[in-house]
Amino acid sequence: MTIEILMPALSPTMEEGTLAKWLVNEGDSISSGDLIAEIETDKATMEVEAVDDGKIGQLLVPAGTEGVKVNTPIALLIDSTELPHTSIKTIADKPYLEKEKITTELKIKKPVKLEPNSSIITVREALRNAMAEEMRSDKKVFVMGEEVAEYQGAYKVTQGLLDEFGNKRVYDTPITEHGFAGIGIGAAFGNLKPIIEFMTFNFAMQAMDQIINSAAKTLYMSGGQMGCPIVFRGPNGAASRVAAQHSQCYASWYSHCPGLKVVSPWSSKDAKGLLKSAIRDPDPVIFLENEVMYGQSFSCPDDDDFLVPIGQANIEKEGSDVTIIAFSIMVGKSLEAADILNEKGIKAEVINLRSLRPLDTETIINSVKKTNRAVTCEEGFPFAGIGAEISAAINENAFDWLDAPVKRVTGKDVPMPYAANLEKLALPQVDDIVNACTEVCYKR
Amino acid sequence: MKKNISSLVKNKSKMNYDLDLLKDMYKKMLLIRRFEEKAGQLYGMGKIGGFCHLYIGQEAVVVGIQSAQMEGDSIVTSYRDHGHMIACDMDPKGVMAELTGREDGYSKGKGGSMHMFSREKGFFGGHGIVAAQVPIGAGLAFAHKYNMNNNVCITYFGDGAANQGQVYESYNIASLWQLPVIFVIENNKYGMGTSVNRSSAGDNLSDRGKAYGIESEIVDGMDIIAVREAAIKAIEYCRLGKGPYILEMKTYRYRGHSMSDPAKYRTRDEVEQIRKTSDPIENIKVLLNKMGVVDKVLKDIDVEIKSIIADAAKFAQDSPEPSPSELYTDITIN
Ligand SMILES: Cc1ncc(C[n+]2csc(CCOP(=O)(O)OP(=O)(O)O)c2C)c(N)n1
Ligand SMILES: [Mg+2]
Repeated sequence: MTIEILMPALSPTMEEGTLAKWLVNEGDSISSGDLIAEIETDKATMEVEAVDDGKIGQLLVPAGTEGVKVNTPIALLIDSTELPHTSIKTIADKPYLEKEKITTELKIKKPVKLEPNSSIITVREALRNAMAEEMRSDKKVFVMGEEVAEYQGAYKVTQGLLDEFGNKRVYDTPITEHGFAGIGIGAAFGNLKPIIEFMTFNFAMQAMDQIINSAAKTLYMSGGQMGCPIVFRGPNGAASRVAAQHSQCYASWYSHCPGLKVVSPWSSKDAKGLLKSAIRDPDPVIFLENEVMYGQSFSCPDDDDFLVPIGQANIEKEGSDVTIIAFSIMVGKSLEAADILNEKGIKAEVINLRSLRPLDTETIINSVKKTNRAVTCEEGFPFAGIGAEISAAINENAFDWLDAPVKRVTGKDVPMPYAANLEKLALPQVDDIVNACTEVCYKR
Repeated sequence: MKKNISSLVKNKSKMNYDLDLLKDMYKKMLLIRRFEEKAGQLYGMGKIGGFCHLYIGQEAVVVGIQSAQMEGDSIVTSYRDHGHMIACDMDPKGVMAELTGREDGYSKGKGGSMHMFSREKGFFGGHGIVAAQVPIGAGLAFAHKYNMNNNVCITYFGDGAANQGQVYESYNIASLWQLPVIFVIENNKYGMGTSVNRSSAGDNLSDRGKAYGIESEIVDGMDIIAVREAAIKAIEYCRLGKGPYILEMKTYRYRGHSMSDPAKYRTRDEVEQIRKTSDPIENIKVLLNKMGVVDKVLKDIDVEIKSIIADAAKFAQDSPEPSPSELYTDITIN
């Protein structure tokens, strides 16, 4: 019987790809496991293996075709011994329904505005450029982590660093977070400036003791002698469908501890400016990135000395009716919400925190004194979260200016579920922000 | 390392293999392989999300060891867990339905590929943090010893995991307290993109037990007979209360680390070579042929398995998504 070979999805976020190369010809006999094609995704070029045995009857999509949607038939397999009811075709007959986007990734496909002396680059490139620039200007800076060198980074953030700086400056570590975090801290005590990449911050929990007990507290315990100039960076928060142990926001964990600085960029500009500040900073800095943001493009200053000071928030959009306070991926969602609110006649001001500790209380308070209403947004759990801290700060400093209680939009108070529908419910969505803002404005 | 088939046949009497056992092992390995191929295919269609780590190539390890276990033994492993669940007779339908994130999955759709459990079958997960399962396995063994039930815990982990500190904390305590735990290192040569020799000092991972006085053995993990033989020995040692045992299984994963790994750290040739010369399923097929099982019989087994897998795939797609109310269940017991 004949089976259609379909364009496969090769990563959790892939929707289309380039059929780069066919590795088989029409008439070739193939068996399960044989490589049949090379497909380029946004992250990598992947080889695709045959699932069934048979003979290639026809190649439907020529090599080099770009933008081939997932699940498009790309070839026909004839003389297959496959049972009819197991064929790919039969299963694919059902509409491709579940592939709804979990995150708001690239939902706002607004054209990116190019600012003067800037380039449009992805957050991933901005982070890489920041490291490369600082490594060029300061020989003490080095990078260490799992898969950062030869593999070019599990999420390709350190791409090219090994080539440029060699293996004295870029180190692949074994999977031993507690050990290499401690080694980084020791190196920092020894006057080097380590950048430690955690493949994701979920794995930094293994290293928590070294980060808190050694990096954060030693300056104090040594009466100011032992500074620890180190950056711990990596993706934080939810990715897509990777479930409870791989989807957690650690912003409030680290922000809780004196001795640490905690920053979390949203745009490419934030990413570059904040990472450079973090590397130059004499204290330990926790740098919380977001995997979903890596591929997003923004205008970013070219200047090698462009810095975003730690402790300074940015007002991304001005408004008079309600202040939305967000960081990382939630900034984008807040801006989307602000657009929707605008149509409803509510002018929202959106604050991108950028730093969580020190927190730019001044910017928050000034804004709330103007709008008299506030909504905080984060992906993390509500209990003792960043929103709780901001709410307390507003209470302490702007209570008399408030026209409504502060509202928190957060991830749900549950471990992250795997199922697509439950994950969507667990994560804060644009609609949640819109609803919270309408509520504090008493427009409902 | 690799034993040739004729030596296996000669060993047969010593190993007292009967044909049914061999056929069963063949079936189970094939069931795992076909399951994984289907999972890969469903992933490609967007029916499975997140991380999905396939076990293709490593089937002989878990099936060989399982054949030496007894009722009540416990098993714990990493995120590369589909094969382990099928080996301990968890229902492929429930496993596949978990992969698609549906209500009939083993974790009601809340765990996904990396996090499934079955108390009934003695399968204690499915753990996503590299090496976290190792002390957990020692703890399960602690419970076996405490309860004096003569059971053992089989604790699987990868070559990459073998460098984590908690492995050595577990070795020390397991040896000190003589816990009935078999540490199975599934050395498939790579932890993600890093080969063992780039991540691990010393010659053999199994040697690392020596400092703690733990017996160990290196086994050809592509040869199911060798795996079973070693497992029988190790499990018996543990059951006699002599303490832990390390089995380092030299094996190989054919696919990328997870579905989105382009696997540029090794050559296509390397994979092809291993596939051609030491595929565990082909190995046992040759042995079965030599023992008089004709191709037709093997083909029938294949057809039977394909239909089990097709049913599982259909079941997994027909099962409904979990009810929204499930979001708030199972967080604490009360
Ligand atoms: C503590 C921790 N660090 C990093 C990761 C990311 N990660 C997942 S699997 C893996 C490689 C593990 O390799 P190995 O132990 O050899 O097992 P294999 O995948 O080969 O079965 C890594 C680095 C993780 N899950 N947990
Ligand atoms: Mg491995």
